[in-house]
Amino acid sequence: MALSEQDVLAGLTEIIVEETGIAAGDVASEKSFTDDLDIDSLSMMTIVAQAEDKFEVTIPDDEVKNLSTVGDAVAFITKAQA
Amino acid sequence: MSITIQQTAATPYSRVLGVGGVRGDRAVPNDELVGPIDSSDEWIRQRTGIITRTRSGPEVDVLDLAEGAARKALEHAGIDASQLDVVILSTVTYFRQTPAGATQVADRIGATPSAAYDISAACAGYTYGIAQADALVRSGVAKHVLVIGAEKMSDFVDPTDRSISFLLGDGAGAAVVGPSDFPGIGPTIWGSDGGRSEVINQNLTWRQAIDEGTWPTLRQEGPTVFKWASFQMAPVAQQALDAAGVTADQIQAFIPHQANMRIIDQLIKQLKLPDGIAVGRDIAETGNTSAASIPLALERLYREGQVTSGDLALQIGFGAGLVYGAQVIVLP
Repeated sequence: MALSEQDVLAGLTEIIVEETGIAAGDVASEKSFTDDLDIDSLSMMTIVAQAEDKFEVTIPDDEVKNLSTVGDAVAFITKAQA
Repeated sequence: MSITIQQTAATPYSRVLGVGGVRGDRAVPNDELVGPIDSSDEWIRQRTGIITRTRSGPEVDVLDLAEGAARKALEHAGIDASQLDVVILSTVTYFRQTPAGATQVADRIGATPSAAYDISAACAGYTYGIAQADALVRSGVAKHVLVIGAEKMSDFVDPTDRSISFLLGDGAGAAVVGPSDFPGIGPTIWGSDGGRSEVINQNLTWRQAIDEGTWPTLRQEGPTVFKWASFQMAPVAQQALDAAGVTADQIQAFIPHQANMRIIDQLIKQLKLPDGIAVGRDIAETGNTSAASIPLALERLYREGQVTSGDLALQIGFGAGLVYGAQVIVLP
């Protein structure tokens, strides 16, 4: 059964916290991966790979550049589950 | 009446008898390269773990590096070059299409008339060579095989390229493979994915470069390669452990291709390798030397006393092709 956006945000936040050490409270939908969370391209790929595994979705490499904010990623994953 | 021909008789086991390596003689610091790519020493260290890369001057070519590594591997193995039956040179930076560079190296070290040929498997080239040597020895086709990974990567760099050029170093590593009383080389897990040839490649064919009056250089899609190497190569490495019949806590060394320190760290995490295992981290000082990187990393582990004869090492190479190869070996 597909997860809600809220559930995906919670799961993605766990991945981001694990990869970067950022406090969970600092992760929010409107936050930019690069400008706000200071996540570089390699950490971003680690987060993507772990999200693919956790949510059982495929996030094409070409799509990653379009995922500017946490909310963008949540929306993509939620839709990809369907 | 038909005549029955003879075939070579197989021998049960092979192992690596000795390894050796040489690096470019100049350690090039990050600060020397950052100007044209608008970068910094800190950025390169944080993204790659590289502090210096070793490079050779114009007076040294890839065959010189190969010869140096070959001589050291033979010395370590206690094998005379005249005992070699095959010399395999893995390189993507030897500019002469024919004759094969391996024939020249074989002649220089005194291995003539051994069979000699080049292979092209980029950063997996050393593990491909070990796979071939293992098969040649165990099938009885050869008794002693010299595998060399040699690269002068600095001939393929573009100082303004932000994707791969600043990673690259020059060097060569070699191994002598021969018959053994015990299993010394585990099954090789190898493969390719030519559908993804664009993610790391020489940007132009030689014909295109000549027509454009320019010189080809290397390019990669860094984040894509990082993801592939970190997350798709871990299962390959695990398969090599499984095929050899060992678990992660039974090996003493992990020697991955030296592409990026963060790939190495991620592979360790994915494979759940135990703390305290010796890990090849030669990239910090040598940079990425493609086919030479695994034997050079191993050479450093010996020199630093981190490994010893009889240790089990998991080695994995991966790179342009895409290609990959992994095996567990007993260290000489």
